[in-house]
Amino acid sequence: MSKRKVSVWTDNRFWQRSAAWVTGVAAVLLIWLTFDTMGQIRMGNQKDIDAHIDKRVPSPTVINYKIGYKMNAKRGLEVPTIGGSDANGNSLFTVKQKFFGRDNYTQKEADALVNLGKLGEQSKNCMDCHTLLGNGGYYAPDLTKAWLDPAWGKNGPMQAITGTHSRAEAMATFLQHPGRYPMHARRMPNLHITAREAKGLVAFLKQMATIDTNGFPRGFGKIKEANYAETK
Amino acid sequence: MQRQNSFKYESQRLASWYFTVAVILFGAQLLLGLVAAVQFIYPSFLYDVLDFSVARMIHINALVVWMVYAIIGSVYYLLPEETGIETVGIGIAKILFWVLTIAVAIVVLVFLFIQIGPAKTSTIWFINEGREYLEAPRWADIGIVVVVVGFVVNTFLTAIKGRRTGVITVILADLIALAGLYLAGMFYTDNIAMDQYWWWWVIHLWVEATWEVLVGAFAAYALIKIVGAKRQIVEMWLWIEVAMLFGSGILGLGHHYFWIGTPEYWWEIGALFSSLEPVPLIGMFVHVLYDWGKDKGERMGEGEEDVTSNNTPALVWLVINGFGNFLGAGVWGFFHTLPQVNIYTHGTQFTAAHGHLAFFGAYATILIAMFYMAIQGKNGIKKLRATFASKMAIFLLSFGMLGMTVALTIAGYEQVMIERAQLGGTWSAYFVAQNEVWMAQAMDWRFFMGIVMTIGFIYLVKDLWTIGRNPQNVY
Repeated sequence: MSKRKVSVWTDNRFWQRSAAWVTGVAAVLLIWLTFDTMGQIRMGNQKDIDAHIDKRVPSPTVINYKIGYKMNAKRGLEVPTIGGSDANGNSLFTVKQKFFGRDNYTQKEADALVNLGKLGEQSKNCMDCHTLLGNGGYYAPDLTKAWLDPAWGKNGPMQAITGTHSRAEAMATFLQHPGRYPMHARRMPNLHITAREAKGLVAFLKQMATIDTNGFPRGFGKIKEANYAETK
Repeated sequence: MQRQNSFKYESQRLASWYFTVAVILFGAQLLLGLVAAVQFIYPSFLYDVLDFSVARMIHINALVVWMVYAIIGSVYYLLPEETGIETVGIGIAKILFWVLTIAVAIVVLVFLFIQIGPAKTSTIWFINEGREYLEAPRWADIGIVVVVVGFVVNTFLTAIKGRRTGVITVILADLIALAGLYLAGMFYTDNIAMDQYWWWWVIHLWVEATWEVLVGAFAAYALIKIVGAKRQIVEMWLWIEVAMLFGSGILGLGHHYFWIGTPEYWWEIGALFSSLEPVPLIGMFVHVLYDWGKDKGERMGEGEEDVTSNNTPALVWLVINGFGNFLGAGVWGFFHTLPQVNIYTHGTQFTAAHGHLAFFGAYATILIAMFYMAIQGKNGIKKLRATFASKMAIFLLSFGMLGMTVALTIAGYEQVMIERAQLGGTWSAYFVAQNEVWMAQAMDWRFFMGIVMTIGFIYLVKDLWTIGRNPQNVY
């Protein structure tokens, strides 16, 4: 090596150390943020609902309640509402709704249903056609707020087609025999979903609709002309 | 047929096995991609036999696995040349190759013929984990981890014993991170937000951080080999690239945390750092062209007659990599990385457009360049010239992918405007957008461009098979 003076900017050691430091700092920041996020997205339980606490991922017992998706005055974006909502779009946690004829699922029962639904979602590989929370395949509709979709509502076609009288039953019936109720030339395949699995999947979808997704999807089901208008 | 073999090391022979499987899986990826593309046009095609979900699952898994094979192959290829010694534990490495290949074959057969299972933990363990890109059942996950740990240990021991260049140091550190990250995807939770939080640790921190660093390292090695770039300068670039890639890519992870239930602060973090992600990609492109031109100029100045590179196809693929990485990962990624835009584009064909061009531009290209370097090494060729087939492969694969990306981008634009902005993203809104003539046309073009790519792939295979044996291409 010659004694020529070398600038620090062309010194490999300098850049190697810079790379190590930059990577280290970024990794530490990510880990720190991860701890914070973990706390915020831990699944809630019935106690939160009883105490009227908004959780980003609410308790599976939300299946006992009426669910909405309202513009929240304070946050300036749409937020899921549980058990009715006030004028500012905040949850009331009071209005119940029957889920397969019941609105008194215990924590244990509701947890088991949502868990079954999540297992079903993975076992049937829903995510390679549908998107969940916007991630997955683009061959079929997004399921993030599927529970709230007007198609399954009173004025939508699906209750009439499946001969059922509630969202939950319409969805469960469809899931068991999707080929029988084509919504489009792109039919959902028969995935051998049992009645029990379908109930779990619907519970999972209902709970997913209550996850606070920071306003995604924006304006879901709000364009009346585009949908089967829900009369209030 | 026994072909002459000029590999100096067993490690490079093992690399050629990995490359062979990679090319086969690349073919499988294209084939299943075509099936899925046809299903977009004729939805009843293979309905209830090989549904879109299965076709797409194998399409994207073949993609990831062929790239992992080609990455492992590339490391085994350059390892002895960089360290100056044979890979430590090469016998075990060969056994691990067969373990991995048998496991992959079983997983593919299960995906093809069993496809799905009942809603039970056993399905996740033995049939299908059902998480996009990570569908491989848990037993296979564990197998993959065992094999990859073996691979990392091989690499590590070789690097300790032999010469430790900057390229090897970067690869080593990166491989440890890459292997460790896979563990983040190996657990079950009933909380979908939690599920996707860790899922992105694997997906994003692989393809937008650790894989990109490997690309930088492979490009550095290739530039030294192909155009005779000076190691000191190339390695300095490499360290700068590592700093920029990890500096932007690690926290750039935040752009996947806008809408999955995670807190709002990810908007700012994700937007800022992911917007910086294209910067190193511009740098890498400039770097390739700069080194190429500089070394050529220097040698011309020294009065050297023949200043061409010693491996034309590899160099061309390397240049396409520089540009494709910037265009596919950088430009197409930036298009929709800001939350203000992403709230509408998230989960549309826009994402598909970006995914296709980015995987091709950033990874397929450089790995094909590595294939050509292995061909050169295997046949002991001083200078490898591009053939007609090399040029057709370059043109058809690149042009096909670009055309497909443009088609998908138009489809995405239409979907964003009609389904999301105009109609509010419901089921009926989704299908209104899917029925639009612009979507239908885009899907036709995408299929056509897929055929173009497949023809390009056939030329590529022909070329890889014959180029080394034809003395006409060698000088």
